[in-house]
Amino acid sequence: MKIGLFSFGGGYGMIPLIGREIAVHNWLTGQEFVNIISISEMTPGPIAVNTATFIGYKAGGIPGGILATTGVVLPSLILILSISFFLSRFQNQPIIKDTLYGIRPVVLALIIQAAIFVSKSTLFKEGMNIKAMLNLNAIGYLLEFINPITIAITVISLVTLLFTRIHPILVILAAGAIGVALHFIGVL
Amino acid sequence: MKKILVLFWTFFKIGSFTFGGGFAMIPLIEREIVDKKKWISQNDMIDILTISQSFPGAVAVNSAIFIGRRVGGYTGALSALLGVILPSFLIIILVARVFTYISDIGAVKAALKGISSAVIALLIITAIRVGKAGIKDKIGPFITIIALLLLLAAGIHPIYVVMLGIVLGLTRYGIKIIRKKKK
Repeated sequence: MKIGLFSFGGGYGMIPLIGREIAVHNWLTGQEFVNIISISEMTPGPIAVNTATFIGYKAGGIPGGILATTGVVLPSLILILSISFFLSRFQNQPIIKDTLYGIRPVVLALIIQAAIFVSKSTLFKEGMNIKAMLNLNAIGYLLEFINPITIAITVISLVTLLFTRIHPILVILAAGAIGVALHFIGVL
Repeated sequence: MKKILVLFWTFFKIGSFTFGGGFAMIPLIEREIVDKKKWISQNDMIDILTISQSFPGAVAVNSAIFIGRRVGGYTGALSALLGVILPSFLIIILVARVFTYISDIGAVKAALKGISSAVIALLIITAIRVGKAGIKDKIGPFITIIALLLLLAAGIHPIYVVMLGIVLGLTRYGIKIIRKKKK
């Protein structure tokens, strides 16, 4: 509950918070916690919700899972409902419009940051060192570490989403299936 | 009543395929709620995303509650919320029970690599949508670049960068008021 209220700016911000609470209550070991976070990243859904559900389940079975999930979304529910009530009345006020005007470019930056974050672990091979790129042969170094297969999947997905009416869910499913197929022929 | 069930099912689908954080689900919301159902306009969607990001909580959860409330009142908000978290809940309980070490299987890793590659494309689409809707003058790109530098190079927490955006927006409002008074 406490964690939901403080998880500004997406799930990653709250991992240290959860870590502290778990240590206080002695719910899990450090290794279990690290495993839970990597599973929460791999499964669909918000990382904050996934992590809370998993920890709740490990600590108290299905009732624990339900309670932890409720706890993490309840602050959002209360907050967003009060905001939307307020906004539906004042949405066209100049002060709200100007505030949104200031936040939108920042949200664009956050989206680009998310794209860079996912790209780093997906489009490049493991072990790339940003500092090593500062030498003269930066482009050569970059070329050595790019993963042409995942880049191809990204480009094909992007072209499909931009120029066809194929549903984004189908694109996600197809990309996953291509990943598995490439794994079995030994490429990925 | 039908609308409430449709809201639940729509967000259940969205929740089932939201990999890589809340921003990647924008193209899904756009297709399901803006194009197909025409419940909200694209500009409203961008505003809801912006507001959801400015408040604590997961972006996916916040936007589901927001859109649910807009479309179907308080029951709509609850059913969208349940829809978006139920897939996570079911999958996590299943994973916790059965495959705790699923992350070590090569095929699973490969599937996730493929999905992440598609998620990058979804994020690029989201960036294009937000850029088109939100940046209409010369100051906008400037704010984006500054925010990006603060996030990436200085490692500043997103909430402070959002607060900076709020302050800039309020300053703009303040300047307008002062100019009006001078006239």
